Amino acid sequence: MKTKLTDKLATGFFWLIGFLILGILSWFLWYILSAGVPHLTLDFIFGKPEEVKAGGGVGPMLFNSFYILALSLLFSLPFGIGAGIWLAEYAKKNWFTDLVRLSTEMLASVPSIVFGLFGSLLFVTWMGLGFTILGGALTLALLNLPVLVRVTEETLRAVPDSYREASLALGSTKWQMIRKVLIPTSLPGLVTGITLVAGRALGESAILIFTAGVSVSRFAPDFNLFASGETLSVHLWYIRSEALVPDAMSIAEGTAALLIIVVLILNLLIALPSRYLQRKAAGKSS
Amino acid sequence: MKTSAVSMNEKIRVQGLDLYYGENQALYEIDLSVPEGSITAFIGPSGCGKSTLLRTLNRMNDLIPSVKITGSVLVDGENIYGAETDVVHLRKNVGMVFQRPNPFPMSIYDNIAYGPRIHGIRRKKDLDVIVERSLKQAALWDEAKDRLNKSALGLSGGQQQRLCIARLLAVEPKVLLMDEPTSALDPISTLKVEELTQELKEKYTIIIVTHNMQQAARISDTTAFFLNGVMVEHGETDKLFTNPSDKRTEDYITGRFG
Repeated sequence: MKTKLTDKLATGFFWLIGFLILGILSWFLWYILSAGVPHLTLDFIFGKPEEVKAGGGVGPMLFNSFYILALSLLFSLPFGIGAGIWLAEYAKKNWFTDLVRLSTEMLASVPSIVFGLFGSLLFVTWMGLGFTILGGALTLALLNLPVLVRVTEETLRAVPDSYREASLALGSTKWQMIRKVLIPTSLPGLVTGITLVAGRALGESAILIFTAGVSVSRFAPDFNLFASGETLSVHLWYIRSEALVPDAMSIAEGTAALLIIVVLILNLLIALPSRYLQRKAAGKSS
Repeated sequence: MKTSAVSMNEKIRVQGLDLYYGENQALYEIDLSVPEGSITAFIGPSGCGKSTLLRTLNRMNDLIPSVKITGSVLVDGENIYGAETDVVHLRKNVGMVFQRPNPFPMSIYDNIAYGPRIHGIRRKKDLDVIVERSLKQAALWDEAKDRLNKSALGLSGGQQQRLCIARLLAVEPKVLLMDEPTSALDPISTLKVEELTQELKEKYTIIIVTHNMQQAARISDTTAFFLNGVMVEHGETDKLFTNPSDKRTEDYITGRFG
Protein backbone atom coordinates (compact mmCIF):
# COMPACT_ATOMS: atom_id res chain seq x y z
CA MET A 1 0.00 0.00 0.00
CA LYS A 2 2.71 2.38 1.03
CA THR A 3 4.86 1.85 -2.07
CA LYS A 4 1.85 2.48 -4.30
CA LEU A 5 1.15 5.75 -2.54
CA THR A 6 4.79 6.79 -2.82
CA ASP A 7 4.71 5.95 -6.52
CA LYS A 8 1.63 8.10 -7.01
CA LEU A 9 3.21 10.96 -5.09
CA ALA A 10 6.39 10.71 -7.17
CA THR A 11 4.40 10.65 -10.41
CA GLY A 12 2.44 13.72 -9.34
CA PHE A 13 5.60 15.48 -8.21
CA PHE A 14 7.39 15.04 -11.55
CA TRP A 15 4.32 16.07 -13.55
CA LEU A 16 4.13 19.17 -11.38
CA ILE A 17 7.78 19.98 -12.05
CA GLY A 18 7.27 19.49 -15.77
CA PHE A 19 4.36 21.91 -15.83
CA LEU A 20 6.19 24.35 -13.57
CA ILE A 21 9.15 24.56 -15.96
CA LEU A 22 6.83 24.90 -18.93
CA GLY A 23 4.89 27.61 -17.08
CA ILE A 24 7.97 29.63 -16.18
CA LEU A 25 9.26 29.41 -19.75
CA SER A 26 5.97 30.43 -21.31
CA TRP A 27 5.55 33.30 -18.87
CA PHE A 28 9.09 34.46 -19.62
CA LEU A 29 8.60 34.23 -23.39
CA TRP A 30 5.24 35.95 -23.18
CA TYR A 31 6.71 38.74 -21.04
CA ILE A 32 9.60 39.45 -23.44
CA LEU A 33 7.70 38.96 -26.67
CA SER A 34 4.54 40.87 -25.71
CA ALA A 35 6.67 43.86 -24.69
CA GLY A 36 9.04 43.66 -27.65
CA VAL A 37 7.14 42.41 -30.68
CA PRO A 38 5.06 45.65 -31.10
CA HIS A 39 8.35 47.54 -31.62
CA LEU A 40 9.51 45.16 -34.36
CA THR A 41 8.85 47.24 -37.46
CA LEU A 42 10.95 46.87 -40.59
CA ASP A 43 12.48 50.27 -39.83
CA PHE A 44 13.54 49.05 -36.40
CA ILE A 45 14.90 45.66 -37.54
CA PHE A 46 16.84 46.95 -40.53
CA GLY A 47 17.29 50.66 -39.72
CA LYS A 48 20.39 52.41 -38.40
CA PRO A 49 20.75 53.30 -34.73
CA GLU A 50 20.47 56.84 -33.37
CA GLU A 51 22.78 58.27 -30.75
CA VAL A 52 20.64 61.05 -29.26
CA LYS A 53 17.18 61.12 -30.78
CA ALA A 54 14.43 58.54 -30.71
CA GLY A 55 13.52 56.12 -33.49
CA GLY A 56 16.84 54.34 -34.00
CA GLY A 57 17.00 50.80 -35.42
CA VAL A 58 19.23 47.78 -34.86
CA GLY A 59 20.00 46.74 -38.46
CA PRO A 60 23.81 46.88 -38.19
CA MET A 61 23.73 45.02 -34.85
CA LEU A 62 21.61 42.27 -36.34
CA PHE A 63 24.10 41.97 -39.19
CA ASN A 64 27.09 42.04 -36.83
CA SER A 65 25.56 39.32 -34.65
CA PHE A 66 25.46 36.92 -37.57
CA TYR A 67 28.73 38.09 -39.09
CA ILE A 68 30.62 37.53 -35.84
CA LEU A 69 28.81 34.24 -35.25
CA ALA A 70 29.75 32.98 -38.71
CA LEU A 71 33.37 34.07 -38.33
CA SER A 72 33.73 32.53 -34.90
CA LEU A 73 32.31 29.24 -36.17
CA LEU A 74 34.65 29.41 -39.15
CA PHE A 75 37.61 29.69 -36.76
CA SER A 76 36.43 27.26 -34.08
CA LEU A 77 34.78 24.42 -36.03
CA PRO A 78 37.88 23.04 -37.81
CA PHE A 79 40.00 23.16 -34.66
CA GLY A 80 37.29 22.05 -32.25
CA ILE A 81 36.08 19.14 -34.36
CA GLY A 82 39.63 18.24 -35.36
CA ALA A 83 40.78 18.08 -31.76
CA GLY A 84 37.68 16.08 -30.81
CA ILE A 85 38.39 13.55 -33.56
CA TRP A 86 42.00 13.29 -32.44
CA LEU A 87 41.00 12.70 -28.81
CA ALA A 88 38.36 10.11 -29.70
CA GLU A 89 40.05 8.19 -32.49
CA TYR A 90 43.79 8.79 -32.59
CA ALA A 91 45.11 9.75 -29.14
CA LYS A 92 46.77 6.95 -27.21
CA LYS A 93 45.69 6.41 -23.65
CA ASN A 94 48.52 8.09 -21.76
CA TRP A 95 49.29 11.03 -19.50
CA PHE A 96 49.60 13.47 -22.40
CA THR A 97 46.09 12.71 -23.67
CA ASP A 98 44.73 12.98 -20.15
CA LEU A 99 46.43 16.34 -19.80
CA VAL A 100 44.91 17.61 -23.04
CA ARG A 101 41.47 16.40 -21.95
CA LEU A 102 41.81 17.94 -18.50
CA SER A 103 42.91 21.27 -19.99
CA THR A 104 39.93 21.24 -22.33
CA GLU A 105 37.56 20.62 -19.44
CA MET A 106 39.09 23.43 -17.44
CA LEU A 107 38.92 25.83 -20.38
CA ALA A 108 35.25 24.94 -20.85
CA SER A 109 34.48 26.13 -17.34
CA VAL A 110 36.36 29.43 -17.47
CA PRO A 111 33.88 32.36 -17.17
CA SER A 112 33.39 34.15 -20.47
CA ILE A 113 34.44 37.52 -19.05
CA VAL A 114 37.91 36.09 -18.41
CA PHE A 115 38.11 35.19 -22.09
CA GLY A 116 36.93 38.73 -22.80
CA LEU A 117 39.78 40.23 -20.79
CA PHE A 118 42.25 37.88 -22.46
CA GLY A 119 40.99 38.87 -25.92
CA SER A 120 41.10 42.51 -24.93
CA LEU A 121 44.74 42.23 -23.84
CA LEU A 122 45.77 40.17 -26.85
CA PHE A 123 43.91 41.71 -29.78
CA VAL A 124 42.92 45.19 -28.61
CA THR A 125 46.01 46.20 -26.64
CA TRP A 126 48.98 43.99 -27.51
CA MET A 127 48.29 43.64 -31.22
CA GLY A 128 46.95 47.18 -31.26
CA LEU A 129 43.89 46.37 -33.35
CA GLY A 130 41.45 48.27 -31.18
CA PHE A 131 37.83 47.09 -31.07
CA THR A 132 37.34 44.88 -34.12
CA ILE A 133 34.95 42.30 -35.48
CA LEU A 134 37.96 40.03 -36.07
CA GLY A 135 39.13 40.27 -32.44
CA GLY A 136 35.61 39.60 -31.18
CA ALA A 137 35.11 36.61 -33.46
CA LEU A 138 38.50 35.11 -32.54
CA THR A 139 37.87 35.50 -28.82
CA LEU A 140 34.41 33.96 -29.21
CA ALA A 141 36.02 31.10 -31.09
CA LEU A 142 38.33 30.55 -28.10
CA LEU A 143 35.33 30.45 -25.78
CA ASN A 144 33.57 27.87 -27.92
CA LEU A 145 36.58 25.74 -28.78
CA PRO A 146 36.63 23.58 -25.62
CA VAL A 147 32.88 22.95 -25.84
CA LEU A 148 33.23 21.82 -29.45
CA VAL A 149 36.14 19.54 -28.56
CA ARG A 150 34.14 17.91 -25.77
CA VAL A 151 30.98 17.50 -27.82
CA THR A 152 32.86 16.02 -30.78
CA GLU A 153 34.75 13.57 -28.61
CA GLU A 154 31.63 12.49 -26.71
CA THR A 155 29.51 11.96 -29.81
CA LEU A 156 32.24 10.00 -31.59
CA ARG A 157 32.69 7.81 -28.52
CA ALA A 158 28.96 7.12 -28.53
CA VAL A 159 29.23 5.52 -31.99
CA PRO A 160 29.24 1.74 -31.45
CA ASP A 161 32.55 -0.02 -32.10
CA SER A 162 30.70 -2.45 -34.35
CA TYR A 163 30.53 0.31 -37.00
CA ARG A 164 34.29 0.81 -36.78
CA GLU A 165 34.88 -2.93 -37.09
CA ALA A 166 32.47 -3.22 -40.00
CA SER A 167 34.23 -0.49 -41.92
CA LEU A 168 37.77 -1.71 -41.23
CA ALA A 169 36.83 -5.31 -42.03
CA LEU A 170 35.79 -4.14 -45.50
CA GLY A 171 39.30 -2.83 -46.06
CA SER A 172 38.70 0.86 -45.35
CA THR A 173 41.45 3.11 -44.08
CA LYS A 174 40.99 4.78 -40.73
CA TRP A 175 40.28 8.12 -42.38
CA GLN A 176 37.65 6.59 -44.68
CA MET A 177 36.03 5.06 -41.61
CA ILE A 178 35.96 8.43 -39.82
CA ARG A 179 34.76 10.42 -42.81
CA LYS A 180 32.16 8.05 -44.21
CA VAL A 181 30.82 6.26 -41.16
CA LEU A 182 31.69 7.96 -37.88
CA ILE A 183 31.03 11.58 -38.83
CA PRO A 184 27.72 10.92 -40.64
CA THR A 185 26.59 8.71 -37.75
CA SER A 186 27.46 11.27 -35.12
CA LEU A 187 26.12 14.19 -37.12
CA PRO A 188 22.99 14.70 -34.98
CA GLY A 189 25.17 14.99 -31.87
CA LEU A 190 27.59 17.31 -33.61
CA VAL A 191 24.72 19.46 -34.82
CA THR A 192 23.33 19.71 -31.30
CA GLY A 193 26.76 20.83 -30.14
CA ILE A 194 27.06 23.40 -32.89
CA THR A 195 23.56 24.72 -32.12
CA LEU A 196 24.52 25.05 -28.48
CA VAL A 197 27.69 26.90 -29.35
CA ALA A 198 25.95 29.12 -31.90
CA GLY A 199 23.23 30.06 -29.42
CA ARG A 200 25.85 30.88 -26.84
CA ALA A 201 27.77 33.00 -29.36
CA LEU A 202 24.64 34.94 -30.32
CA GLY A 203 23.85 35.63 -26.69
CA GLU A 204 27.40 36.40 -25.56
CA SER A 205 28.00 39.96 -24.42
CA ALA A 206 30.87 40.13 -21.91
CA ILE A 207 33.50 38.98 -24.41
CA LEU A 208 32.31 41.27 -27.17
CA ILE A 209 32.08 44.39 -25.01
CA PHE A 210 35.82 44.00 -24.43
CA THR A 211 36.83 42.99 -27.94
CA ALA A 212 34.35 44.07 -30.59
CA GLY A 213 33.22 47.26 -28.90
CA VAL A 214 29.90 49.01 -28.44
CA SER A 215 29.74 51.01 -31.66
CA VAL A 216 28.90 50.12 -35.23
CA SER A 217 30.35 51.14 -38.54
CA ARG A 218 28.76 54.02 -40.47
CA PHE A 219 28.34 51.61 -43.35
CA ALA A 220 25.87 48.79 -43.08
CA PRO A 221 26.42 46.00 -43.74
CA ASP A 222 30.16 46.43 -43.26
CA PHE A 223 32.22 43.31 -43.96
CA ASN A 224 35.45 45.01 -42.86
CA LEU A 225 37.06 42.69 -40.32
CA PHE A 226 38.78 45.61 -38.61
CA ALA A 227 35.66 47.72 -38.05
CA SER A 228 34.20 47.66 -34.59
CA GLY A 229 31.06 45.61 -34.45
CA GLU A 230 28.42 45.84 -31.75
CA THR A 231 26.05 42.88 -31.69
CA LEU A 232 22.41 42.65 -30.59
CA SER A 233 23.29 41.29 -27.14
CA VAL A 234 25.89 43.97 -26.55
CA HIS A 235 23.46 46.61 -27.81
CA LEU A 236 20.93 45.41 -25.25
CA TRP A 237 23.44 45.94 -22.47
CA TYR A 238 24.60 49.28 -23.91
CA ILE A 239 21.16 50.73 -24.43
CA ARG A 240 20.08 49.94 -20.87
CA SER A 241 23.24 51.23 -19.22
CA GLU A 242 24.89 53.98 -21.22
CA ALA A 243 22.67 55.15 -24.09
CA LEU A 244 21.35 58.71 -24.30
CA VAL A 245 18.36 58.10 -26.56
CA PRO A 246 14.96 58.87 -24.98
CA ASP A 247 13.34 55.65 -26.27
CA ALA A 248 15.99 53.37 -24.73
CA MET A 249 13.38 51.26 -22.94
CA SER A 250 11.40 50.41 -26.06
CA ILE A 251 14.58 49.78 -28.06
CA ALA A 252 15.71 47.38 -25.34
CA GLU A 253 12.36 45.59 -25.38
CA GLY A 254 12.45 45.31 -29.16
CA THR A 255 16.07 44.11 -29.16
CA ALA A 256 15.37 41.46 -26.53
CA ALA A 257 12.40 40.11 -28.49
CA LEU A 258 14.37 40.16 -31.75
CA LEU A 259 17.27 38.31 -30.11
CA ILE A 260 14.99 35.55 -28.83
CA ILE A 261 13.26 35.18 -32.19
CA VAL A 262 16.58 35.07 -34.02
CA VAL A 263 17.95 32.35 -31.71
CA LEU A 264 14.76 30.31 -32.10
CA ILE A 265 14.91 30.56 -35.88
CA LEU A 266 18.59 29.63 -35.91
CA ASN A 267 17.92 26.56 -33.74
CA LEU A 268 15.08 25.43 -35.98
CA LEU A 269 17.13 25.99 -39.11
CA ILE A 270 19.89 23.77 -37.78
CA ALA A 271 17.79 21.21 -35.93
CA LEU A 272 15.12 20.39 -38.50
CA PRO A 273 17.37 19.12 -41.34
CA SER A 274 19.43 17.21 -38.79
CA ARG A 275 16.35 15.50 -37.36
CA TYR A 276 15.20 14.65 -40.87
CA LEU A 277 18.56 13.02 -41.68
CA GLN A 278 18.51 11.12 -38.40
CA ARG A 279 15.02 9.73 -38.99
CA LYS A 280 15.99 8.76 -42.49
CA ALA A 281 19.05 6.82 -41.29
CA ALA A 282 16.97 5.10 -38.61
CA GLY A 283 14.48 3.98 -41.26
CA LYS A 284 11.49 5.79 -39.76
CA SER A 285 10.61 7.93 -42.75
CA SER A 286 10.67 7.15 -46.41
CA MET B 1 25.75 -30.89 -49.84
CA LYS B 2 29.08 -31.51 -48.20
CA THR B 3 32.11 -32.57 -50.15
CA SER B 4 34.25 -35.06 -48.34
CA ALA B 5 37.23 -34.53 -50.58
CA VAL B 6 38.86 -31.20 -49.86
CA SER B 7 40.88 -29.45 -52.54
CA MET B 8 44.50 -29.42 -51.60
CA ASN B 9 45.42 -25.81 -52.28
CA GLU B 10 46.35 -24.28 -48.98
CA LYS B 11 44.79 -20.85 -48.44
CA ILE B 12 45.78 -20.07 -44.89
CA ARG B 13 48.52 -21.48 -42.70
CA VAL B 14 48.95 -20.59 -39.05
CA GLN B 15 52.33 -21.48 -37.60
CA GLY B 16 53.32 -21.51 -33.94
CA LEU B 17 50.96 -18.69 -33.06
CA ASP B 18 50.94 -17.38 -29.49
CA LEU B 19 48.68 -14.51 -28.51
CA TYR B 20 48.67 -12.48 -25.32
CA TYR B 21 46.20 -9.95 -23.92
CA GLY B 22 48.66 -7.98 -21.81
CA GLU B 23 50.06 -10.60 -19.43
CA ASN B 24 47.43 -13.25 -20.15
CA GLN B 25 48.18 -15.79 -22.83
CA ALA B 26 45.02 -16.53 -24.83
CA LEU B 27 46.36 -18.77 -27.59
CA TYR B 28 49.12 -21.39 -27.33
CA GLU B 29 51.21 -22.67 -30.25
CA ILE B 30 48.43 -22.80 -32.81
CA ASP B 31 49.27 -24.69 -36.02
CA LEU B 32 46.51 -24.84 -38.56
CA SER B 33 46.13 -25.30 -42.29
CA VAL B 34 43.00 -24.21 -44.14
CA PRO B 35 42.45 -25.47 -47.70
CA GLU B 36 41.01 -23.25 -50.37
CA GLY B 37 37.32 -23.50 -51.21
CA SER B 38 36.31 -25.26 -48.02
CA ILE B 39 34.40 -24.47 -44.88
CA THR B 40 36.29 -24.80 -41.63
CA ALA B 41 34.43 -24.60 -38.33
CA PHE B 42 36.00 -23.51 -35.03
CA ILE B 43 34.19 -24.99 -32.05
CA GLY B 44 34.82 -24.98 -28.34
CA PRO B 45 33.43 -23.57 -25.09
CA SER B 46 33.24 -19.81 -24.41
CA GLY B 47 36.61 -18.21 -23.82
CA CYS B 48 38.54 -21.01 -25.55
CA GLY B 49 40.16 -18.60 -28.00
CA LYS B 50 38.29 -19.53 -31.19
CA SER B 51 37.06 -15.96 -31.89
CA THR B 52 40.44 -14.57 -30.94
CA LEU B 53 42.14 -16.84 -33.46
CA LEU B 54 39.60 -15.88 -36.13
CA ARG B 55 40.40 -12.21 -35.53
CA THR B 56 44.12 -12.77 -35.96
CA LEU B 57 43.46 -13.94 -39.53
CA ASN B 58 42.59 -10.45 -40.78
CA ARG B 59 44.35 -8.57 -37.99
CA MET B 60 41.20 -7.24 -36.36
CA ASN B 61 43.04 -7.76 -33.07
CA ASP B 62 45.19 -4.78 -34.05
CA LEU B 63 42.36 -2.60 -32.70
CA ILE B 64 43.05 -3.81 -29.17
CA PRO B 65 46.21 -2.05 -27.96
CA SER B 66 47.34 -4.66 -25.41
CA VAL B 67 47.42 -7.60 -27.83
CA LYS B 68 50.79 -9.17 -28.58
CA ILE B 69 51.26 -11.87 -31.19
CA THR B 70 54.18 -14.15 -32.01
CA GLY B 71 54.37 -16.78 -34.72
CA SER B 72 53.07 -16.33 -38.22
CA VAL B 73 49.90 -16.41 -40.28
CA LEU B 74 50.35 -17.04 -43.99
CA VAL B 75 47.61 -16.09 -46.42
CA ASP B 76 48.45 -17.29 -49.93
CA GLY B 77 51.96 -17.93 -48.67
CA GLU B 78 52.59 -14.42 -47.37
CA ASN B 79 53.02 -13.67 -43.69
CA ILE B 80 50.34 -11.11 -42.78
CA TYR B 81 52.32 -10.11 -39.69
CA GLY B 82 55.35 -9.24 -41.81
CA ALA B 83 56.77 -5.75 -41.93
CA GLU B 84 55.45 -5.03 -45.42
CA THR B 85 51.87 -6.16 -44.92
CA ASP B 86 49.25 -3.71 -46.14
CA VAL B 87 46.51 -4.26 -43.56
CA VAL B 88 43.91 -2.47 -45.66
CA HIS B 89 44.65 -4.75 -48.59
CA LEU B 90 44.63 -7.81 -46.32
CA ARG B 91 41.19 -6.98 -44.93
CA LYS B 92 39.83 -6.46 -48.42
CA ASN B 93 40.89 -10.03 -49.20
CA VAL B 94 40.00 -11.54 -45.85
CA GLY B 95 36.64 -10.09 -44.83
CA MET B 96 34.63 -10.63 -41.69
CA VAL B 97 31.01 -11.12 -40.67
CA PHE B 98 30.37 -10.39 -37.02
CA GLN B 99 28.32 -11.97 -34.29
CA ARG B 100 25.76 -9.18 -34.19
CA PRO B 101 24.57 -7.83 -37.52
CA ASN B 102 26.18 -4.42 -37.87
CA PRO B 103 24.75 -2.62 -40.89
CA PHE B 104 25.63 1.06 -41.13
CA PRO B 105 22.78 3.49 -40.43
CA MET B 106 22.42 4.16 -44.16
CA SER B 107 20.23 2.88 -46.95
CA ILE B 108 20.50 -0.75 -48.06
CA TYR B 109 22.08 0.44 -51.31
CA ASP B 110 24.68 2.60 -49.55
CA ASN B 111 25.57 -0.25 -47.20
CA ILE B 112 26.41 -2.54 -50.10
CA ALA B 113 28.08 0.21 -52.12
CA TYR B 114 30.21 1.29 -49.14
CA GLY B 115 33.03 -1.19 -49.81
CA PRO B 116 33.23 -0.71 -53.60
CA ARG B 117 33.13 3.06 -53.11
CA ILE B 118 36.04 3.14 -50.68
CA HIS B 119 37.97 0.98 -53.12
CA GLY B 120 37.46 3.54 -55.84
CA ILE B 121 34.37 2.52 -57.80
CA ARG B 122 32.36 5.68 -58.47
CA ARG B 123 30.16 5.08 -61.51
CA LYS B 124 26.52 4.61 -60.59
CA LYS B 125 26.09 1.96 -63.29
CA ASP B 126 28.94 -0.17 -61.94
CA LEU B 127 27.68 0.20 -58.38
CA ASP B 128 24.15 -0.80 -59.42
CA VAL B 129 25.52 -4.01 -60.90
CA ILE B 130 27.57 -4.80 -57.78
CA VAL B 131 24.66 -4.08 -55.43
CA GLU B 132 22.31 -6.35 -57.34
CA ARG B 133 24.87 -9.14 -57.70
CA SER B 134 25.87 -9.02 -54.02
CA LEU B 135 22.29 -9.02 -52.77
CA LYS B 136 21.47 -11.96 -55.06
CA GLN B 137 24.52 -13.87 -53.81
CA ALA B 138 23.36 -13.28 -50.25
CA ALA B 139 19.80 -14.38 -51.12
CA LEU B 140 18.42 -11.01 -50.12
CA TRP B 141 17.61 -9.50 -53.50
CA ASP B 142 13.94 -10.48 -53.61
CA GLU B 143 13.30 -9.05 -50.16
CA ALA B 144 15.34 -5.89 -50.66
CA LYS B 145 14.98 -4.89 -54.29
CA ASP B 146 11.96 -2.65 -53.71
CA ARG B 147 13.46 -0.86 -50.74
CA LEU B 148 17.07 -0.28 -51.71
CA ASN B 149 16.87 3.37 -50.66
CA LYS B 150 15.31 2.64 -47.29
CA SER B 151 17.41 2.40 -44.17
CA ALA B 152 19.11 -0.92 -43.53
CA LEU B 153 18.14 -0.63 -39.87
CA GLY B 154 14.52 -1.30 -40.86
CA LEU B 155 15.39 -4.89 -41.87
CA SER B 156 14.88 -7.84 -39.53
CA GLY B 157 17.89 -9.29 -37.70
CA GLY B 158 18.25 -12.17 -40.15
CA GLN B 159 17.95 -9.87 -43.13
CA GLN B 160 20.51 -7.53 -41.57
CA GLN B 161 22.99 -10.37 -41.21
CA ARG B 162 22.52 -11.38 -44.85
CA LEU B 163 22.93 -7.70 -45.75
CA CYS B 164 26.27 -7.72 -43.90
CA ILE B 165 27.28 -10.79 -45.88
CA ALA B 166 26.22 -9.08 -49.11
CA ARG B 167 28.16 -5.97 -48.09
CA LEU B 168 31.23 -8.12 -47.63
CA LEU B 169 30.76 -9.99 -50.93
CA ALA B 170 30.59 -6.63 -52.71
CA VAL B 171 34.32 -6.09 -52.10
CA GLU B 172 35.02 -9.57 -53.54
CA PRO B 173 37.17 -11.02 -50.76
CA LYS B 174 38.85 -14.41 -51.08
CA VAL B 175 38.25 -15.52 -47.51
CA LEU B 176 35.14 -15.02 -45.37
CA LEU B 177 35.62 -15.08 -41.62
CA MET B 178 32.34 -15.56 -39.77
CA ASP B 179 32.28 -14.96 -36.04
CA GLU B 180 29.20 -16.79 -34.74
CA PRO B 181 27.12 -15.25 -37.53
CA THR B 182 23.85 -16.90 -36.50
CA SER B 183 24.00 -16.68 -32.72
CA ALA B 184 21.72 -13.63 -32.69
CA LEU B 185 19.30 -15.02 -35.28
CA ASP B 186 16.10 -17.07 -35.16
CA PRO B 187 16.11 -20.67 -36.52
CA ILE B 188 14.72 -19.79 -39.95
CA SER B 189 17.23 -17.00 -40.51
CA THR B 190 19.95 -19.32 -39.25
CA LEU B 191 18.94 -21.91 -41.83
CA LYS B 192 19.11 -19.29 -44.58
CA VAL B 193 22.59 -18.20 -43.57
CA GLU B 194 23.71 -21.85 -43.39
CA GLU B 195 22.37 -22.54 -46.89
CA LEU B 196 24.16 -19.43 -48.04
CA THR B 197 27.51 -20.71 -46.77
CA GLN B 198 27.05 -23.86 -48.87
CA GLU B 199 26.57 -21.80 -52.01
CA LEU B 200 29.42 -19.45 -51.21
CA LYS B 201 32.06 -22.10 -50.64
CA GLU B 202 32.26 -22.69 -54.39
CA LYS B 203 34.02 -19.36 -54.68
CA TYR B 204 35.25 -18.53 -51.20
CA THR B 205 37.22 -20.04 -48.39
CA ILE B 206 35.07 -19.81 -45.28
CA ILE B 207 36.03 -20.07 -41.63
CA ILE B 208 33.13 -20.01 -39.21
CA VAL B 209 33.21 -19.79 -35.43
CA THR B 210 30.18 -21.38 -33.88
CA HIS B 211 28.80 -22.34 -30.51
CA ASN B 212 26.43 -24.71 -32.16
CA MET B 213 27.92 -28.14 -32.76
CA GLN B 214 25.04 -29.24 -34.97
CA GLN B 215 25.75 -26.24 -37.14
CA ALA B 216 29.41 -27.17 -37.45
CA ALA B 217 28.43 -30.73 -38.32
CA ARG B 218 25.87 -29.58 -40.90
CA ILE B 219 27.93 -27.11 -42.86
CA SER B 220 31.67 -27.58 -42.44
CA ASP B 221 34.22 -29.75 -44.22
CA THR B 222 36.77 -29.66 -41.45
CA THR B 223 36.38 -28.75 -37.80
CA ALA B 224 38.88 -27.54 -35.24
CA PHE B 225 38.17 -27.97 -31.54
CA PHE B 226 39.66 -25.47 -29.09
CA LEU B 227 40.00 -25.62 -25.34
CA ASN B 228 41.66 -23.06 -23.07
CA GLY B 229 43.62 -21.46 -25.90
CA VAL B 230 44.89 -24.74 -27.32
CA MET B 231 43.78 -26.32 -30.57
CA VAL B 232 43.04 -29.84 -29.38
CA GLU B 233 42.10 -31.44 -32.67
CA HIS B 234 41.55 -30.48 -36.29
CA GLY B 235 40.23 -32.90 -38.88
CA GLU B 236 37.46 -33.77 -41.26
CA THR B 237 34.16 -32.88 -39.71
CA ASP B 238 32.59 -36.32 -40.14
CA LYS B 239 35.48 -38.00 -38.43
CA LEU B 240 35.80 -35.46 -35.63
CA PHE B 241 32.15 -35.81 -34.68
CA THR B 242 31.94 -39.62 -35.02
CA ASN B 243 35.36 -40.77 -34.06
CA PRO B 244 37.41 -38.05 -32.36
CA SER B 245 41.00 -38.93 -31.63
CA ASP B 246 41.27 -36.89 -28.43
CA LYS B 247 39.44 -37.69 -25.22
CA ARG B 248 38.72 -33.99 -24.56
CA THR B 249 37.05 -33.60 -27.97
CA GLU B 250 34.90 -36.60 -27.26
CA ASP B 251 33.90 -35.22 -23.87
CA TYR B 252 32.93 -31.91 -25.43
CA ILE B 253 30.92 -33.22 -28.38
CA THR B 254 29.08 -35.73 -26.23
CA GLY B 255 28.06 -32.88 -23.96
CA ARG B 256 30.09 -33.72 -20.90
CA PHE B 257 31.07 -30.05 -20.53
CA GLY B 258 30.87 -26.78 -22.42
